[in-house]
Amino acid sequence: MDLIETYKEELQLIRKPWTRVWVGAFVLALLLLPWYAPEHITYVFTIIFIYTIGVQGQNLLIGYTGQISFGQAGFLAIGAFTFGHLSRIGIPWPISLICAGLAAGLFGLVVGFPSLRLKGPYLAIATLGFGVAVYQVFVNSEVLSGGRMGLIIQKLSPLFGLSRITFNYYFNFLIALVFTLISYNIISSYMGRAFIAIRDNDIAAEVIGVNLTRYKLLSFAVSSFYTGVQGGLYGLFLGYLEPNMFTFMEAITLFVAVIIGGLASIEGSIMGAAFVILVPQVFSAYREMVPVVYGVTIIIVLIFEPFGLYGRWFKMRLYFRNWPFR
Amino acid sequence: MTQFLQYTISGLSTGSIYALVALGLALIYRSTRILHFAHGDITTAGTFFAFALLGLNLHYWLAFILALLFGAVLAMIFYFCVLVPAQRREATQLGQIILTVGLGLILQGLISYFGGTEPQSFPFPLSDTKLYRFGDIVISELSLGTFGIGLLACVLFYLLVQKTRIGLAMRATSENLPAAQTMGIPTRGILALSWGLAALLGVLAGLFLAPTLLLDPFFMLEPFLKGFAAAILGGLNSLPGAIVGGLILGVSESLAGGFISIAFKNTFAFLIIILVLLVRPEGLLGEEFKERV
Repeated sequence: MDLIETYKEELQLIRKPWTRVWVGAFVLALLLLPWYAPEHITYVFTIIFIYTIGVQGQNLLIGYTGQISFGQAGFLAIGAFTFGHLSRIGIPWPISLICAGLAAGLFGLVVGFPSLRLKGPYLAIATLGFGVAVYQVFVNSEVLSGGRMGLIIQKLSPLFGLSRITFNYYFNFLIALVFTLISYNIISSYMGRAFIAIRDNDIAAEVIGVNLTRYKLLSFAVSSFYTGVQGGLYGLFLGYLEPNMFTFMEAITLFVAVIIGGLASIEGSIMGAAFVILVPQVFSAYREMVPVVYGVTIIIVLIFEPFGLYGRWFKMRLYFRNWPFR
Repeated sequence: MTQFLQYTISGLSTGSIYALVALGLALIYRSTRILHFAHGDITTAGTFFAFALLGLNLHYWLAFILALLFGAVLAMIFYFCVLVPAQRREATQLGQIILTVGLGLILQGLISYFGGTEPQSFPFPLSDTKLYRFGDIVISELSLGTFGIGLLACVLFYLLVQKTRIGLAMRATSENLPAAQTMGIPTRGILALSWGLAALLGVLAGLFLAPTLLLDPFFMLEPFLKGFAAAILGGLNSLPGAIVGGLILGVSESLAGGFISIAFKNTFAFLIIILVLLVRPEGLLGEEFKERV
């Protein structure tokens, strides 16, 4: 579409001045949100930001590297409980958060090993087995899960005289923003292109010199790092943890977010995260119907719009840009 | 020794349930290369249907047969109304797997909405408390019935696949789809039949499982995942493998629960999955899959 002349231009995240304006306006609107929106909305948006991180991680794995994983709930649990235990013994939150990500990433490496031999459906089951096994270990082990009462985490005390909700909003917004920027940079770097090459054809990728072992494992590690951080933030936000927060449904929710938002797009991940959080809010009177909405949307998306919400948005934009012509 | 035999017997009974679930999964994987993630939910839907019919004071056998048919019809509707259009639009293999996840979510929501999420006890003609004694070994009427039905279903299924013309068509379709089409086999109908049969076997497992567990919308999740484990253990594209895998998984799980630790009994199955996939991805009886660039 656009003519790119230098490598530096290729690495730029935003190429056109008008896009800069739109993105700036969007970020500004989000920054000012707590001042004009009701508290409830602020709260919901905070959860969306937390989820955005995990969905981006999942999208890096499924959408960009093409490795399917149903075990995200396991990484989520590992990250969350690592964070919980570390913060209980008095380690400050930035270190605990990074450790949560690293612990999940380490397990991601372990789960990534089967991906070197397995493909598609087989990998899906191996990761699914991992997710369920982690869940059951946490359910059966009181030392890890903090007993029947769950693990209580000290919440952050608000700084700068902000209310707790507003402070949480900004805190998670900034972290989500940082991770979004990191994902954009991953994709436009060698690593991201290696991921995409592996997705399109792994044998061909290996032939042209992509280290298959390293980049498949790296993709698992990065993805589970994101998910682990999401788990830690979620624990910090809610203030307590219990194993039942990390069932198979949780993995499915992350998965649904990626599919509905759009495979292989960061914007799509954000839209998908918003979708899976907003739908239960909108349908709060009919709790049982939430999975039905997810399922119907998945089927519609896969049959009619394989690139998800982002694909629709992209087509709309294209339509208006070329308007009188088609 | 008695204890060992006792655990083996009870393991065979649960194993036959896993075998039924695994058989359905393997059947679908073999013919369409799709992992059927909605299998557990279709099963649950069938069992709930039977429960509703029993609530209307219908006779047991009539209700059960209707429930089996209900499950089969549900799976066929999904095949014709969702999978076929998706395949026409060139959905990828991953996409088709995700479609079954979608179906699973829909069914799960509908079951929770209409059936309620409270656990209910499921009335059943065979009793759980009536015990038979063989020497020192005790077996309940229900587990005996479960094992018998499991075996019977496997034998009937074997006869259907190996000895009839429909079975021949099913084997041909799973072996090579375009070739089967050129030979004049109505492959779409055969595939729909495979989906229906798989669901039927699943609902059968669900009906025999419901009296031991309480009936709630998620009661099939664990047995379904174990069925997956069993299918993998035996080889995803091998039907005898599914039966063998189910029985092995049931027995080894029961032994592990009895002699090692009851708390980690359920984790065992998933360790098996990961180990088998690492060491021998094609399973015990499956064929090796090759890959071309």
